[in-house]
Amino acid sequence: MISHASAPGGTTLDAAIHLTGVRKSFGPVRAVDGIDLQIREGEIAALLGPNGAGKTTTIDMILGLSRPDQGTVSVFGMSPTAAVSRGLIAAVLQTGGLLKDLTVGETLRLTATLFADTRPVEEVMRRAGIEDIAGRLVGRCSGGQQQRLRFALALLPDPTLMVLDEPTAGMDVEGRRDFWAAIRRDAEDGRTVLFATHYLEEADAYADRIVLMRHGQIVADGPATEVKNLSAGRSVRASLSGADQAALERLPGVRSVEIRGDRVFVQTTDSDAVARHLLTATAAHDLEIVAHSLEDVFLTLTSDEEDKSR
Amino acid sequence: MTALEQRRVPPLGGFNLTFLAVEIRRLFRNRRTLIITLVVPVVLTLLFRTGRRGAALQATQGVDYQALITIGLAVYGAMLAATSGGAIVSVERALGWSRQLRLTPLRPPAYIAIKLLVAMTLGLISVVAVFVVSAIEGVQLSISVWVLSGVLAWVGALVFAAFGLFMGYLLPTENVMQFIAPVLGVLAFVGGLFVPLNLLPSTIQDIAPYTPVYGVVQIARLPVAGNGFDPTWLLNVVLWTAAFATGAMLLFRRDTRRT
Repeated sequence: MISHASAPGGTTLDAAIHLTGVRKSFGPVRAVDGIDLQIREGEIAALLGPNGAGKTTTIDMILGLSRPDQGTVSVFGMSPTAAVSRGLIAAVLQTGGLLKDLTVGETLRLTATLFADTRPVEEVMRRAGIEDIAGRLVGRCSGGQQQRLRFALALLPDPTLMVLDEPTAGMDVEGRRDFWAAIRRDAEDGRTVLFATHYLEEADAYADRIVLMRHGQIVADGPATEVKNLSAGRSVRASLSGADQAALERLPGVRSVEIRGDRVFVQTTDSDAVARHLLTATAAHDLEIVAHSLEDVFLTLTSDEEDKSR
Repeated sequence: MTALEQRRVPPLGGFNLTFLAVEIRRLFRNRRTLIITLVVPVVLTLLFRTGRRGAALQATQGVDYQALITIGLAVYGAMLAATSGGAIVSVERALGWSRQLRLTPLRPPAYIAIKLLVAMTLGLISVVAVFVVSAIEGVQLSISVWVLSGVLAWVGALVFAAFGLFMGYLLPTENVMQFIAPVLGVLAFVGGLFVPLNLLPSTIQDIAPYTPVYGVVQIARLPVAGNGFDPTWLLNVVLWTAAFATGAMLLFRRDTRRT
């Protein structure tokens, strides 16, 4: 349900972001291939997917930096450009975007003049944790400091929706933790947050909801715990000739069994049971247990889809 | 957080004087820009020693070459400055700053207006610098000629502010002026800025009226040339400005569409 900014009462639950049938191609490459997505106000949602999944293209369209070939994008019931003009939506982009010959303070004061209303520069510097480097030239700031400056810039208009595109790419562990601590503190005030990442851990730790993208499409969308469960299992592999597929499939927790020549591949949520069975009841050797990576989750999800469509 | 209904859009597409002031302050921090726009024309002025050489030419041929060359150098300074002022957009594109600005209420026309004003400010400084050095070097012109020619040279530099924007959107590099400055040098020579056209080979005299410097310098020299106004000069200025501005606009659209 979308209601307009000017709608009286405001009793309906606004969709902060509303994408319908959005497609975007770059030449022959379909970067975003038909997605529908609603982010409700107050949600902290992660757009999770490997590089090239279409996350940045999606975010660019939400911010009005590019236009969809097909479909519609609305932010608080208006066009992305109108939402940006009103300071309703702000973003921290991956890289670049800063002038090296300005100081941190000047960058903020300059940007502040462009908005009708902003929070005080001192306040956003404090919230982003950069008040001690206000006089430093941007070119002399570390990657983490520049990223917190981008975050401070995004805080200036006091946006209702904050969009972050791979905000911690290239940061060290400590920088990453500090950055997310700042975002987390900030989101407690009820700001809607959408961030793109290719780290499952990051999505799991900071988002309430995970939207999984692959090849320009949304392949899963739900509460963080559910999506994470998709990757909870492990894969057990062993060399075994003449394996009994049916017996393996009967073991507790087994999702699928695949036999390729002398190699057996078992997807399971109980890797111990499978390993015990293989090593005690069969002649299996060279046994490996591998935790699922995000990539496996994507593979599982997309192979499921292909099975269904057959 | 402010309620949705109270959100305002800034007036004038985000254009404001504080922004303009910071932009101009940035110019003075950029050593490369200052060297190109101020030091080069001033050093050229000193090298030409306009005062003495012009006086010698004047004595032999009865034309005020001293004034013509001085005004030519002012036009050269203005065009260098205005071009590099416009070409700054290439740096900002290369750094991703223009993308960052698109996440603010600043509308593209307001951004272009600020860039043009900055380029023209730089052009004005350059014209004044060339005239001051020329006066110190002994060039004597009446007050009305200094002012009128200076203003005409400066306003004509709008062609090159548009040219700078065009190149700035064409070449996404941080040092676009290194490519442009030699081109401007050739254009300046062919346009008769350093050596009056009638002293140049006839081939150059034939080409000159079609080049973008020609109209500007002919108009700027009106106060001293005394041979009357030719409407084709104005046509030259208008057509080249329109060509560069259209090119810049088309490239700008391509840039913002990011297809």
